[in-house]
Amino acid sequence: MSGSRGILAYGVHLPYNRLARSAIGEVMGSGGGRGHRSVASYDEDTTTMGVEAARRTLAGGVPAPQALWFSTVAPAYLDKTNATVMHAALRLDASVPALDFGGASRSAVGALRTALDGPARTLVVASDIRVSLPTGPEDGGGGDAAVAMLVGCSEDGPLLAGYLGGASTTAEFTDRWRTPGSDHSRNWEDRFGEQAYLPLVRRAWADALAASGLTTDDVAVAAVTGLHARATRKAASGLGVAIAGDRAETVGNAGAAHPALLLADVLDTAQPGDVVALVVLADGCEVLFFRATDALSAGRPERSVADQVAERADVAYARYLAWRGLLQVQPPNRPGPNRTSAPAALRRTDWKHGFVGSTDRTTGITHLPPSRVGISGGTVDDMDPTPMADAIGTVATFTVDRLAHSPSPPVVFAVVDFDGGGRMPIELTDVDPTAVAIGDRVEMTFRRLSTSDGLHNYFWKGRPLRG
Amino acid sequence: MASHGIRDRVAIVGMGCTPFREHWDSSLDDLLIDAHGLALSSAGMVADDIDAYWYGTSQSSASGISLATPLRLADKPVTRVENYCATGSDALRQACYAVASGAYDVAVAIGAEKVKDGGYQGLNAFPIPTDGTNRTLTAAAMFSLILPAYAERYGVDAEELRYVVAKIAEKNHFNGARNELAQFRRETSAEAICEMPAVAGGLSVFDCAGVADGAAAAVVVAADRATDYTDAPLYVKALSLVAGNGSGLVDPEFDFTTLPECAAAAAEAYAQVGITDPRTELAMAEVHDCFTPTELVLMEDLGFCDRGTAWREVLDGTFALDGDLPVNPDGGLKSFGHPVGASGLRMYYEAWLQLRGEAPVERRISTLADRSMALIHNLGGYPGEMVSFVGIVGTELG
Repeated sequence: MSGSRGILAYGVHLPYNRLARSAIGEVMGSGGGRGHRSVASYDEDTTTMGVEAARRTLAGGVPAPQALWFSTVAPAYLDKTNATVMHAALRLDASVPALDFGGASRSAVGALRTALDGPARTLVVASDIRVSLPTGPEDGGGGDAAVAMLVGCSEDGPLLAGYLGGASTTAEFTDRWRTPGSDHSRNWEDRFGEQAYLPLVRRAWADALAASGLTTDDVAVAAVTGLHARATRKAASGLGVAIAGDRAETVGNAGAAHPALLLADVLDTAQPGDVVALVVLADGCEVLFFRATDALSAGRPERSVADQVAERADVAYARYLAWRGLLQVQPPNRPGPNRTSAPAALRRTDWKHGFVGSTDRTTGITHLPPSRVGISGGTVDDMDPTPMADAIGTVATFTVDRLAHSPSPPVVFAVVDFDGGGRMPIELTDVDPTAVAIGDRVEMTFRRLSTSDGLHNYFWKGRPLRG
Repeated sequence: MASHGIRDRVAIVGMGCTPFREHWDSSLDDLLIDAHGLALSSAGMVADDIDAYWYGTSQSSASGISLATPLRLADKPVTRVENYCATGSDALRQACYAVASGAYDVAVAIGAEKVKDGGYQGLNAFPIPTDGTNRTLTAAAMFSLILPAYAERYGVDAEELRYVVAKIAEKNHFNGARNELAQFRRETSAEAICEMPAVAGGLSVFDCAGVADGAAAAVVVAADRATDYTDAPLYVKALSLVAGNGSGLVDPEFDFTTLPECAAAAAEAYAQVGITDPRTELAMAEVHDCFTPTELVLMEDLGFCDRGTAWREVLDGTFALDGDLPVNPDGGLKSFGHPVGASGLRMYYEAWLQLRGEAPVERRISTLADRSMALIHNLGGYPGEMVSFVGIVGTELG
């Protein structure tokens, strides 16, 4: 069974924004360090980032998932399932269950293992936004990212990496904790965690080798990660195999998303036949072995981790703090947004979450939002649904609104005409307000427009087409 | 089926307009009572003479009760009218039709807005529950979309075009400085406006209409009885309204250099009167200069000049007080201020003063020797989705 299952597709979303760690010290007088961390924009949360990673995973024509499992330590909602937003954005069938695996960062790698062990074709999504108080360890050392992996069997399509087996160890000890409602975690002194973790890693590694019939010499590279940096370093150096780069310099540790991020990063360059180990230190240790297949080079996502590391804009530290709610900024003197109407959102979920317009069967004109009556007349209710989330468009005209309410003014706004038909006046994001021009090329991205009354308003924005 | 118009069948025989101000010490009711009183005294009437009311307010109050109560009207029909920023002119349009139909002898259209009690800058729309996918852009930003599109289409340098629209604000401030009812009565230069920080696209605060409280009213009677009330009635020559279907926001063919609803409303109005060359046949125009780019493209949409030439005509002073066709001699929305429900009627008030020779000398137009008609253009909404009103009044029958 294990030999026939594995990874059918994967995709990564690294936010466009980065914080230069040196900027922390410049403002705070301490903290910081070298390199950058990735920063989810003000209009991103773990759900929207998960949607982006999942879209990239499913872009290559792989079969639709039979289940969607979403893991994060920073959920946009409790009680209400976050994976249902992704389910709607991906336009999955109602029969596909969408579940959250929340709470601990371990849940993410646990979901991946469970999907690899289970029978269904499962889209496993991990997403995280890592926050510390200013100058705290994850202020500079954390990173924000989302990764999706479509797990299934070889009958579903060519596996990019076959699952060879693995092992798990579990122990209860206090190393890192966070009480519900707090936006940052706390740590016991790290020498304690180090001695607690290392035996758990050694045992899991040995058990995993035995379970998969491998020896250390078979392993081409191991991706090793955990929120305990010191124990992770020590554990990696003790495995006796080549260790994959940990993206600490360019992304930071993306918590629940980091195991899959490092695995994706390795798969971006692995050779067919390479055995890849994923070792995750999280309240115990998870070890999983994969073997890269001949299908990998053709099945990789369009944008690699390295590609996305290279696409970036630096955000000022104070703005970063404001985005995370750690620095309160005076809002524009305009009324804030209404909360979204639940019935209206449900009636138009295909539009709101799926960005599905309609195309007039007689005139061929695409209508955004979908319309029952065409702008050029004709028969009422004579339209076909038209998914537009993957369409590319061109800026026809634009403006920068410094008066409108926004979680992070100004609002950059453009009239976008899509290739193949359809127009949408829509907000742009991940964009330099001074660099927008008529003719710019734009792709769509799923974002959180605002939050009112505790309700997040999700919809699509445009962003400059890069890469 | 066809649109016929009611040319020369009704007339305006009295008008009133309050100052447009930040009326911290006047309520909506105060403004309504004042405008109503001014209009009735202008027509030599008392409240009992009025048979029916059309009350325009965008969002300051609701229903006819909110007019009947402050005026303590006795068993009178009052219809509340709302059509975005074209509310005031649409109230007049409906009052005119009511009189033309013979249903009433005397009707009043009254428009008012109390915008300065809200505590926020600018105008803010009444919140309607939605799916959350609607735009939340300001009106200033929506109208600023015109500038890059216009510059691109006609090959005008972006900085020059920015200066051109600032010249429109300069002209309207010049006119408003000569109007004691106007909110802003200080002249300003295009150069100074260009120096100001941008708030939306390339626009500064001085490219935006003034935000003011105010009210205005008109008394309408049948044309054949107009001279019972005044020696100089304004005959209603044309009334035209187009509610856009939003296609400009759907159709890539729409290029944001024109406001098609306005062009269509103007064509209909000109047809009702038989006007073929508005630039030489009209004595003046009051147009909806909510933002400076709006007035720029309106000069083309209303047929005052050819497509792609308005920017040059603005620089040439064509629409200045002493130009070929004075536009917004009272200062327009820019300088007079924009109490939404009142603005359409305020535009008529300027036509009332100018065509009857009652405008103050310092802003009096000089086109009346051989022209006797004024155009009123009032819009609501945004480029791509708007309502547009065009009305024409004149002092001569026939």
